[in-house]
Amino acid sequence: MDTITKPVSLREHVVPIEVGAHVVAAHWLKSTLALALADGRVLRWRDGEAESVEPHAGGILSACTDGERLITGGDDGRVVATGAEGEPAEIAQDPKRRWIDAVTLSGSGSLAWNTGKTVHSRDDKGRVKSLDFVTTPQGLVFAPKGYRLAVAQMNGVSLWYPNTEAKPEFLEWKGSHLDVIWSPDGRFVVSSMQENALHGWRLGDKPTHMRMTGYPAKPRSLSWSHDGLWLASSGADAAIVWPFQGEGPTGKAPRECGARHAKVTRVAFHPKALVLAVGYDDGCILMIRLTDASELLVRPAIKGSGVTAFAWDKLGKRLAFGTEDGVAGVLTLPAG
Amino acid sequence: MSEKIPVTVLTGYLGAGKTTLLNRILTEDHGKKFAVIVNEFGETGIDGDLVVGADEEVFEMNNGCICCTVRGDLIRILDGLMKRKGKFDAIIVETTGLADPAPVAQTFFVDQDVGDATKLDAVVTVTDAKWLTERLKDAPEAKNQIAFADVIILNKVDLVSAEELAEVEAAIRAINPYAKLHKTTRCELPIDQLLDRNAFDLDRILDIEPDFLESGHHHHHSDEVRSMSFTIPGDVDPDKFMPWINDISQAQGPNILRSKGILAFKDEPRRFVFQGVHMILDGDLQRDWKADETRNSRLVFIGRDLDESELRKGFLACAA
Repeated sequence: MDTITKPVSLREHVVPIEVGAHVVAAHWLKSTLALALADGRVLRWRDGEAESVEPHAGGILSACTDGERLITGGDDGRVVATGAEGEPAEIAQDPKRRWIDAVTLSGSGSLAWNTGKTVHSRDDKGRVKSLDFVTTPQGLVFAPKGYRLAVAQMNGVSLWYPNTEAKPEFLEWKGSHLDVIWSPDGRFVVSSMQENALHGWRLGDKPTHMRMTGYPAKPRSLSWSHDGLWLASSGADAAIVWPFQGEGPTGKAPRECGARHAKVTRVAFHPKALVLAVGYDDGCILMIRLTDASELLVRPAIKGSGVTAFAWDKLGKRLAFGTEDGVAGVLTLPAG
Repeated sequence: MSEKIPVTVLTGYLGAGKTTLLNRILTEDHGKKFAVIVNEFGETGIDGDLVVGADEEVFEMNNGCICCTVRGDLIRILDGLMKRKGKFDAIIVETTGLADPAPVAQTFFVDQDVGDATKLDAVVTVTDAKWLTERLKDAPEAKNQIAFADVIILNKVDLVSAEELAEVEAAIRAINPYAKLHKTTRCELPIDQLLDRNAFDLDRILDIEPDFLESGHHHHHSDEVRSMSFTIPGDVDPDKFMPWINDISQAQGPNILRSKGILAFKDEPRRFVFQGVHMILDGDLQRDWKADETRNSRLVFIGRDLDESELRKGFLACAA
């Protein structure tokens, strides 16, 4: 460990789960943990009991949840919903079997996914609208309120109202935009970029740019704090946490949490407190309190076992994680 | 870090025999499993193994380097494939007949995630003995593909006379004398001649002597894409060479398709080995010069409209 004081360990509170495939995403469906796996399976785990179903014939590329169902997109060109119980149900299928590497859900149950250069959006009544883009759509995210979708792509992010004929608003910034995230208050849109940076826009009549640069790698994991005032990101040897109070991070320095000689691969803020789970490419997991930078060890470094997924349950009592070498675990925070 | 997955890039003008070669690689009994990235999914009739459709989306990195283009779709596909390690031993990327190989090659140097998980093994170019001479006149893509190749398959040799074959071979060699050249019919050749070439591995650039000894004098008047090599019989001064090669790569990067060099730096027991694709240079101090090796410094450029005498003058001025 490179930290000055050895972190207090939470290791004995972790229950391991043997998975056997790269964990693409983890999500809680109430008290059931659903792990989306790169071999096409979804593993459901509940109180130590695990079973798996196979929603995709190939591999799972993307996953999201509304807390009830796990929605997965696969390299078999299908979008499938898997509940806490029962068999998976297909929602959509691409006739050309193209990869679906982005899926997203809104709070009201709208669903969007990509195929090739097209984005499909299905509202809560099941009506599907599709829109073709000039360059391949990558990350997708709905606005926290209203039926509006952000689409990360080449040289910017499009904001699309699927139920209107209006041309999407294009937030332009040169480069390739990968993932996109909307702030909980709806004021900010932030994308991760191929060029090892985050780019943000403060929305309004005239959106203003926010450049967040200096990453040694692509910041592919982003997480808002519960109060929406901080945005944590991966892509460096520490979690980089940007302040979003007031006008946003422009001109302010980010906080760096959990600096180690390893690359941060996943970050996930606790749903109720300023506590950040940080996963590294060497397999280590730390839990860091933002207020005093105190660190707790959740998982020691394990070679070849880089962290690929995190999921806090709704109340923030349990943290699930998954790794590239097919291991997962659930940390239950000790009471008090 | 586990072993990097080797990637073979398969290029070739339309109708040269790329699909034949691909099917040969996939069906031959070699015990290897491939993931294949094809450009026209579902139309090539390739089955078995893991086949992924790509859309050849080339973009320019926003990093101030004007010819630093990469394949965005390839980055995304490789990222997806890497989650399924163990399902395949190697990756083959097939490009369209009109594709420029540079963005594919550059993807492996520019994108760190791709570079960490995979390594570019070689660019294999399939050419048509009957039509290549014509294509070299009217299709700049065909020329680029020859210039870029580490392995060239001169296919359909049964359709041409010995004289025509000699002519097309000379045309290839005028552009790229360094690639391994195989003359085939129906792309019949041992698969190990294509795979595990390590053509981009700095440790394996042991020899940059031409594969083909140029006999006599070639006229290059009509060929704007060609190769040139320069030798300093001795050491170079790194304080002169490094700024020079960086300047050349910046200024002439768009015209330099590939570059390679093995250099003896003054007071340095190790060989400096480098390679480049357009503006992107990748170089390192490698093993020691062996006792029986002459400390020569040699440089090779393959490019378009390069000023040979100017480059020679510049390089020779780097002598220690």
